[in-house]
Amino acid sequence: MIGSLDAHIPEGPIEEKWSHHRFDVKLVNPANKRRYEVIVVGSGLAGASAAASLGELGYHVTLFTFHDSPRRAHSIAAQGGINAAKNYRNDGDSVFRLFYDTVKGGDFRSREANVYRLAELSVNIIDQCVAQGVPFAREYGGLLDNRSFGGAQVSRTFYARGQTGQQLLLGAYQALMHQVSAGTVTLRDRTEMLDLVVKDGRVVGIVTRDLITGSVQSHAGHAVVLATGGYGNVFFLSTNAKASNVTAAWRAAKRGALFANPCYTQIHPTCIPRSDDFQSKLTLMSESLRNDGRVWVPAQAGDARPPDQIPESERDYFLERRYPAFGNLVPRDIASRAAKREVDAMRGVGPLENGVYLDLTDAIGRLGHDVIEERYGNLIEMYERITDEDPYKVPMRIYPAIHYTMGGLWVDYNLMSNLPGLYVLGEANFSDHGANRLGASALMQGLADGYFVLPATISDHLAPLLGQQLVAADDPAFREAETNVQEQSRRLMSINGSRSVDYFHRELGDLLWENCGMERSRQSLEKALSAIPALRDEFYADVKVLGEHESLNQSLEKAGRVADYLEFSELLCIDALHREESCGGHFRVEHQTEDGEALRDDDEFSYVAAWEFTGVGTPPELHQEALEFESVHLAQRSYA
Amino acid sequence: MDLKLRVWRQAGPTATGAFEEYDVPGVSPDMSFLELFDVLNERLIANGREPVAFDHDCREGICGSCSMMINGRAHGPETGTATCQLHMRKFDDGDLITVEPWRARAFPVIRDLVVDRTALDRIVEAGGYITAPTGSAPDANLILVPKEAADAAMDAAACIGCGACVAACPNGAAQLFTAAKVAHLGLLPQGQPQRYERVVNMVETMESYFGSCTWHGECEKACPKEISIDFIAILARDYVKAQFKNRKLAGQAS
Repeated sequence: MIGSLDAHIPEGPIEEKWSHHRFDVKLVNPANKRRYEVIVVGSGLAGASAAASLGELGYHVTLFTFHDSPRRAHSIAAQGGINAAKNYRNDGDSVFRLFYDTVKGGDFRSREANVYRLAELSVNIIDQCVAQGVPFAREYGGLLDNRSFGGAQVSRTFYARGQTGQQLLLGAYQALMHQVSAGTVTLRDRTEMLDLVVKDGRVVGIVTRDLITGSVQSHAGHAVVLATGGYGNVFFLSTNAKASNVTAAWRAAKRGALFANPCYTQIHPTCIPRSDDFQSKLTLMSESLRNDGRVWVPAQAGDARPPDQIPESERDYFLERRYPAFGNLVPRDIASRAAKREVDAMRGVGPLENGVYLDLTDAIGRLGHDVIEERYGNLIEMYERITDEDPYKVPMRIYPAIHYTMGGLWVDYNLMSNLPGLYVLGEANFSDHGANRLGASALMQGLADGYFVLPATISDHLAPLLGQQLVAADDPAFREAETNVQEQSRRLMSINGSRSVDYFHRELGDLLWENCGMERSRQSLEKALSAIPALRDEFYADVKVLGEHESLNQSLEKAGRVADYLEFSELLCIDALHREESCGGHFRVEHQTEDGEALRDDDEFSYVAAWEFTGVGTPPELHQEALEFESVHLAQRSYA
Repeated sequence: MDLKLRVWRQAGPTATGAFEEYDVPGVSPDMSFLELFDVLNERLIANGREPVAFDHDCREGICGSCSMMINGRAHGPETGTATCQLHMRKFDDGDLITVEPWRARAFPVIRDLVVDRTALDRIVEAGGYITAPTGSAPDANLILVPKEAADAAMDAAACIGCGACVAACPNGAAQLFTAAKVAHLGLLPQGQPQRYERVVNMVETMESYFGSCTWHGECEKACPKEISIDFIAILARDYVKAQFKNRKLAGQAS
């Protein structure tokens, strides 16, 4: 049914692929653009920027978000910054260097052509955002400021205090609202996509549920764009927002879209450890703290003394000890696994013994309280607010948490999935970060996809559809999908068991974190793969969803999302089990170097694993896209 | 900690609402206020009663979803704090805590603690943007922005659009929200061409939904991002200036 995976990468040298391709794509005459209906799902950086830009071009766009306002999307929470190869610092940066760093940081599991284009477009993004009024940090002379970030030796990160994601999202949201006022974009808030409609092999629309009235509706479009974010919440505890979910992507997968590399999940080392069993999410502390903080645990297992009573000689600065060259600044995955090793060896600190210290004492002594406050004041305040501990006096406690997911729906160079008419943008697709994403690159990708890539490529699909009527909302394909959505709701609400939706979500999260988290083994994955179907059966036998379908019902919304996690998680583990190597965010204990570093197997696994859904509980079918590296040399990542 | 909650319950936009009281024993001081509601809801579900609906998402004080009136104060007793960042250690064992939705004519209740805040989007739609079609931007460093101006614009741009200012205002006015956006864009060089058109359109749309500002200052006190009321002065000044500004001359250096 599906042929071999062709990413439709343009011919020619890597520097010329994108410009050649833009010339080669079919165009839609400006006067004809309004005759097309494009559906965009999701209002984060990718969705809002895509909807605004397509509206500006003249297409008619309908944007769906389950939030009450597009501005709530979780892009808003990104702290650090956005990379761009502007070379404003005169420090040797270039498009090629950003490309190279991103491919290397992704542990050589991304598609070269996409990454090069991303680096190329990065400079346009900054121009665009500044023109929109994004208040990036400035130097006293009025020029833009930069900071450096992990995985790079140049300063190329643009930022707006610790709220870069917020400011970029507000820029895209404002452009979007401008198009709403111009009438090119219709906004549908508090409306959740619950199914994708495919007719004769082509995507023709979606089915949604109005979250206030419960009304299930069909919407037809000439193209459907999913910009619905990542699936980190499958682990229950993550830095994602509570409502972030895999539902739109997973339901598209169940209609035939391939899901690529789900096992590439990113763990962030500097989050605040969970404080009790009621914990509902984890909060990230910017990685920049590792610039001045020293990470340590008591040398003796079970040492419960307060930190100030543990003398230097009885502390283990384990990152400095193991990685003398990079010390506390080793990459995210390495720092995370090292912390886990200490906690597993009963050297964890804090009331639940589930963290390691990040100690600013030496830096305060060396630089003074004021310098530390200037650098990290807002982070320290945030930490104190959450933990009620003062980091100027007591070392902070940190522990890794799920932060970002590199896997997602498979897309070609045009960002179109294997289903004609379905485009996937931002964190929801798989394409640019390989097995690991570098800091300050998520914002870059979301905006590159939405502002520049999709508006240039979508016409290739739309042009041949000129004059073609939308599929009618009473078409059997829509009716079938509506029935499917209603049946699922009815099923969930009729179980009337004894346990809440959150109970099952927590159980699943614990199971995955334990067996498919920072470290994975054949044994742990097989264990998860036998436990997930049992948990899914229990969910469908014993979940309790109260209330009605025809009104605001947050339990029902959650139940649908958790039901999808209970299916998707199986694919996540299958992918992790099949990938017999370690790379980036995927670490298999069987595949490591003598120093405990990730050991790739380029001969066997230099490919994208794109999985075809074949039914719940039946093995998915693997499709491969070979990754070819023509512009960078494969090398083992080394930060020693 | 053992707490008693008095929570506003309302089945739908047109239903009659009422307070209901719930005992919540065994509260951890480290819980956030929203986690308290998670626990309450788990207990309600276990007892076969519908959980309390409330808006929330990022739970780190940036998305602006959470919106609870706690003991008569928007986002509760702490300054510069959104409901999701409020921890139970700020309360005492045995406290009775009253929790209501935002109360303002422009924010009708949808259910329980969930209100409709889309009127804020209508204000932005009326002009809260700089027209800069994708692809048309000049190099980012072409136009210098003095650091002080960029910093002041950022202070205003930090608004999370939660609506606490409206909920706290005795008049249900949205001046602080509108002022924050007008000031953010109007303080930057890029925002100058549409500066007066923007302020007029946004203010007129604001006034069609919200009450009037009589300078109570409650908005600034309630704001989880501590947006300064000074921005309202900028809004008022620009709005007045817009009335007699000859916009055709805006391209001339003074």
